[in-house]
Amino acid sequence: MRPMKKNGVRIDDSFAEAFPMRGTAILITAPTRRWALQAATTMTGFATSVIGCGAEAGIDGERSGKLTPDGRPGVRVLVFAMSSDTLETQLVNRAGQCVLTSPGSACFADLEGADRLPIGDSLRYFGDGWQVSKKFGDRHFWRVPVMDGEFLCEATTGLTKKAVGGGNLLIMGATPETTMRAAELAVDAMNEVEGVILPFPGGIVRSGSKVGSKYKAMMASTNDAYCPTLRGAVKTSLDEDIGCVLEIVIDGLTEESVAEAMRAGLAAIVKLGPDHGAVRVGAGNYGGKLGPFHFHLKDLLP
Amino acid sequence: MKPLVLALKQEPDQRLDLSPLVPHLLDGKSAKEIAEIELQTTREKIAAGDIFKIRSGGAGSIRFEGGSLRLDNVGQGLKSGEIIVEGDCGKSPGRKMSGGNLVVAGDCGPFAGSAMSGGRLEIGGDAGDFLAAPLEGEMEGMTGGLLIVRGNAGERAGDRLRRGTIVIEGAAGDFPGSRMIAGTLIVLKDCGTLPGYLMRRGTIVLANPPELAPTFVDCGIHELAFAKVFAGLLRDESRAAARLLGRPLARFAGDMAALGKGEIFFPA
Repeated sequence: MRPMKKNGVRIDDSFAEAFPMRGTAILITAPTRRWALQAATTMTGFATSVIGCGAEAGIDGERSGKLTPDGRPGVRVLVFAMSSDTLETQLVNRAGQCVLTSPGSACFADLEGADRLPIGDSLRYFGDGWQVSKKFGDRHFWRVPVMDGEFLCEATTGLTKKAVGGGNLLIMGATPETTMRAAELAVDAMNEVEGVILPFPGGIVRSGSKVGSKYKAMMASTNDAYCPTLRGAVKTSLDEDIGCVLEIVIDGLTEESVAEAMRAGLAAIVKLGPDHGAVRVGAGNYGGKLGPFHFHLKDLLP
Repeated sequence: MKPLVLALKQEPDQRLDLSPLVPHLLDGKSAKEIAEIELQTTREKIAAGDIFKIRSGGAGSIRFEGGSLRLDNVGQGLKSGEIIVEGDCGKSPGRKMSGGNLVVAGDCGPFAGSAMSGGRLEIGGDAGDFLAAPLEGEMEGMTGGLLIVRGNAGERAGDRLRRGTIVIEGAAGDFPGSRMIAGTLIVLKDCGTLPGYLMRRGTIVLANPPELAPTFVDCGIHELAFAKVFAGLLRDESRAAARLLGRPLARFAGDMAALGKGEIFFPA
């Protein structure tokens, strides 16, 4: 079958297979944009994959002081995990070690919903009896005295069981330079979409994996079918003109937001074209039997 | 849906208990049935129809046209819906209310919002003593909701406040926030003697404080995120209160004669 082509970029007739996750969102504010970003960056560090990090987390976007509860610059952080219990542990640990500790920070719920996860309700004990509960309407805050004043933290934030993790694009180019250019443009476009994060470094993962390994202890191992240096040695998925593959993984609060991000990324890659960018785009799946969400590339083309 | 309108015919010649005239008790009643509800507090019988001209409408929204300081217990136990009094009312408007919106355009007597646990109560004029306070023998006063007095309040406003927010845009009498358990009390004009007397926890914000009791101790001047958040949450209800909370505030902790985990803020 002839592959689909858009602006010279070959699009695989394939789909990204994604999984249900538990997701949550918080808003971190600080006296300046720099320190709001710092707290958010620290909190979302070492959160690329649930397999090794417990959670996948990232920055959804920045918010100006006009749109935050305390009038200070803010950053929205999303955290995803495979179960509500893990998500709760990860959220509390990360907020406790990375936001509570960050100068001038405050932490607010940023997701509606009947299911709630504790943040302040757990972190308040740091106050050693000096913590203060404040309620207004249906909102509940904890004030914890700290050395630079007070850490203000909303008692709970929303939890969604409709989050989706593992949306992805496989970006294939002739050289690392052109592939990276396409991947970076796709990341920039996808970061504009609200309600999604790209958990890997700068949004990009170069070590895509397959399930299983020749070694008993390993659950997953390198995706040899997409390794350009093994192109002649294994049953490869790569064509003659492909010398580099980069993957973008997407987690979103909803199925629609993941689709929207993939659409934005594809559009950016197609617009760049094959000469300076990617020659082919694919998506990772496990045959469609493991994950309930299938994002077909042909449905997401610009 | 049209509101149920109760127009006062003349000043009543005895105090009336208006506690039966709330949405959840009037729901489904005809104008005739409402007219037969007895309101007297003496041996002389007065039914609602004797004192009010009733224009039927949805009981979810009740409007009293005209008011009197003899109309007691307006909106008592209000759960949802709205009651608007276009005039004064007597003691205990909004007592034990748990939801809905009660607006008294004029003045009211003592114990307004007494032991309320939710909803919104607005007094357009002045409120009497013991705003939001518990009655004799009760352990706690207001335990939730929002109470706004556009005018002045009498003595002991917010006595034994447990939760919720009180904003007094005018002045408060002596001992505002006495025996407070927690919650928030904001006074935008002058305030009488000994604010926060024997308060345990909670927050009092005073635009113009008197000399505080020596059992309140100086904790310095701060700009706290929580004050900014409350300023934002209150802006639609009281711009002046929001402005006050947005300023740098001096914090005094007390009352050290009680638990001492409360605080009084005032502009530095």
